[in-house]
Amino acid sequence: MKNIIQNINKAFDHRIRLGIMSILMVNESADFNLLKELLGVTDGNLASHTKALESESYISIEKQFIGKKPNTRYIATKDGKKAFKEHIEALEKLIQKS
Amino acid sequence: MEANKYLNDISEIKNIMNRSSRFMSLSGLSGILAGIYSLVGAWLTYNTIYLDTQTFGNYRNLIITQESVEKLFAIAISVIVLSLATGIILSYRKAESQNEKFWDSSSKRLLINFMIPLVTGGIFILFLIEKEMLGLVAPLTLIFYGLACVNASKHTLGGIRYLGITMIVLGLISTKFLGYGLLFWALGFGFCHIFYGAVMYFKYEKE
Repeated sequence: MKNIIQNINKAFDHRIRLGIMSILMVNESADFNLLKELLGVTDGNLASHTKALESESYISIEKQFIGKKPNTRYIATKDGKKAFKEHIEALEKLIQKS
Repeated sequence: MEANKYLNDISEIKNIMNRSSRFMSLSGLSGILAGIYSLVGAWLTYNTIYLDTQTFGNYRNLIITQESVEKLFAIAISVIVLSLATGIILSYRKAESQNEKFWDSSSKRLLINFMIPLVTGGIFILFLIEKEMLGLVAPLTLIFYGLACVNASKHTLGGIRYLGITMIVLGLISTKFLGYGLLFWALGFGFCHIFYGAVMYFKYEKE
């Protein structure tokens, strides 16, 4: 039981962060607007959650210009994917237990 | 209580993964209609090329004249255009009613992955027609269309995969019965579309 709770990752314990990781697990990358659209959140809200995930180095950020517009792309890192998988497995086990 | 929250988390994860990578608004109803257009097309074709009812061994006496070739192309193009238009219009309406975008990264990906086997097959078959190897046209259209469906299935409703596999099997079987291409065509593009369209309609659209 202790093991399972260890794998429940505090960094993912929020609906929006869960959403960001879910999208980045199945897409090579996603830009800011796509995340915003899919999750239905405000700019500020999304930025603070991506920053939190970045500081754990679960996602990496690439900034570039498309024409004259700045474009920010997010990519899940290897560590991030591994941590997220463990998080989901832990969730599943917890549900089975109860 | 806790478990409920985690259960919600997991269904939310699944939902977002699907929405962000698959085009979920594909209309099953348009599949049914495409099947009906194909059957009408097959019936018109039958009346164009089998003018008399004599048979020679396994092959029916097939009469193709300059005039009937033009008519066949007209039938084929009408069926394709009608099916595509119905698919686009109904999927667009379904996307709108679900508050989703019709033209986004997921529908683009779906289209590209559907078109790669389809265009390959299309060009290949045009070369065969040029060489007058008409017998293989029906089996190969079924096979390449099936491959296109299987390839597209990763990017839309999963049911398309079974439609694709059925088409491939039908295509392979029809290679053994070369004189009956039109029959297999009607079976594949007509009845299979109607059947799988109905399955998807009842599974995803009718609440």
